[in-house]
Amino acid sequence: MSTSATDPVLAVRGLVKRYGQATVLDGVDLDVHEHEVVVLIGSSGSGKSTLLRCANLLEELDDGQVLLDGVDVSDPRVDADRARRAMGIVFQAFNLFPHMSVLDNVTLAPRVVHGVPRGTADDRARDLLSRVGLADKADSYPDRLSGGQQQRVAIARALAYDPRLLLFDEITSALDPELVGEVLALVRELAGQGRTILMATHEMGFAKQVADRVCFLDGGKLVESGPPEQVLGDPTHERTRRFLRRIIDAGRL
Amino acid sequence: MTSDLQRERLAYKRSRSRRSTAVALVSTVVFAAAVWFSVTRAPGWPRVRLSFFNLSTAWRTLPAVLDGLWLNLRVLVVAEVLILVLALGIAGLRTLRGPVWFPLRALATGYVDLFRGLPLIICLYLVGFGLPGLRLSGIPNDPVLLGGIALVLVYSAFVAEVFRAGIESIHPSQLAAARSLGLDHRKTMRLVVLPQAVRRVLPALLNDFVALQKDCGLISVLGAVDAVRAAQIESAGSYNFTPYVVAGLLFVLLAVPSGRLADWMSRRAARRQGA
Repeated sequence: MSTSATDPVLAVRGLVKRYGQATVLDGVDLDVHEHEVVVLIGSSGSGKSTLLRCANLLEELDDGQVLLDGVDVSDPRVDADRARRAMGIVFQAFNLFPHMSVLDNVTLAPRVVHGVPRGTADDRARDLLSRVGLADKADSYPDRLSGGQQQRVAIARALAYDPRLLLFDEITSALDPELVGEVLALVRELAGQGRTILMATHEMGFAKQVADRVCFLDGGKLVESGPPEQVLGDPTHERTRRFLRRIIDAGRL
Repeated sequence: MTSDLQRERLAYKRSRSRRSTAVALVSTVVFAAAVWFSVTRAPGWPRVRLSFFNLSTAWRTLPAVLDGLWLNLRVLVVAEVLILVLALGIAGLRTLRGPVWFPLRALATGYVDLFRGLPLIICLYLVGFGLPGLRLSGIPNDPVLLGGIALVLVYSAFVAEVFRAGIESIHPSQLAAARSLGLDHRKTMRLVVLPQAVRRVLPALLNDFVALQKDCGLISVLGAVDAVRAAQIESAGSYNFTPYVVAGLLFVLLAVPSGRLADWMSRRAARRQGA
């Protein structure tokens, strides 16, 4: 894949996604540049998760393009598996492999996709696990871990092959309130390291602190996009204002 | 330290469990006695005992029947291995997506429809008598081999459906996770879907294994001297049905370890899941 300095890491162009009659994404354009943290906000059903799944090519697009470093990876002639190797996605429900130890979950992609020898992959995975604070859980099975621990393993799994782009799909939504902090702290650390991140979240306070840019999605359209203090503090669109008012009323900002 | 309250509760629970044990014991004895009494009081019992439960005949025919059972066991092991391999292949073909694979998918579906519906005994006749009847060179006419082929044909169709049910029970999010890591369809199946699917359907697979154990006795219709055939030969020579009972009991004994293994495996799976 050719990388030019001006191309964004991820560019979404006119993305349309329908499920039967429902149009979930209705012509979305979005760029994520290197070292940028872009946060998607919007109510449930606004298309945040679908946008992330389309970016990862887990869903068939109905129109538009997904460009990775300037290359159209949504082209059916492009090998989607190859494109996915440049991305790491973390899901709301963790989706760890229950029949594998934590260590095997993290080393799976490096070993079988990237051809890293077992020993090297294990060493690197143990290193990653200690960075997410789970060095002692390497040989446990996912079922024995708390939700927050499982989600940190999922993040380590996504980091294991050093993807250019990280996609986080509401990664704290399935967690108990007291476990949200440990996962967000990890994301904050990754953002601080200059990782390129596109994430959907309901944690507005967190978005305010970490995001370089906040995008508000509503009804499958990208309504408003800009720096967090502008979108969250002084939104220009009525729909954004209405959404934020509901959030504030619920005491979540 | 346990409180008086907890001690009193434990004592009550112990007395209840002693009571249930006693009830179970008494009811079992009463039931067994009733069955024994009604069978032995039947007008034909003396004759039935003589022709079905004749101890000396049982003892005399046991070696021949055991010899036959040894053949059943060998057929069972070889057939089971072939069935598992073939069934996994068929189930894999049935899960392929995309128009390129349509012929293979259709073939696999047709195979399952045909051999799951075909009665085993008819399949045995068709393979056992029909195939050699073609008089083509290279086609075997050993009844054991032909019977084994028929068993493999029919059972792979059943076991393929068990595998497919397992594969389809794996949540799509597991596939999404595997694909997102860059694994292709084949690696996703081999490393993520199948290990979980097989674990999930293990009790069903063992169930089919036990069914195969006794259906191995059906190769006798082709003339193979297995346990059932040996019993038939012995009973024809002694005008006594006891050899059949001997063969039947041996098959039951064979099924018991498989049943216990299935129980043990599902308990172990439950323990793992229930963390």
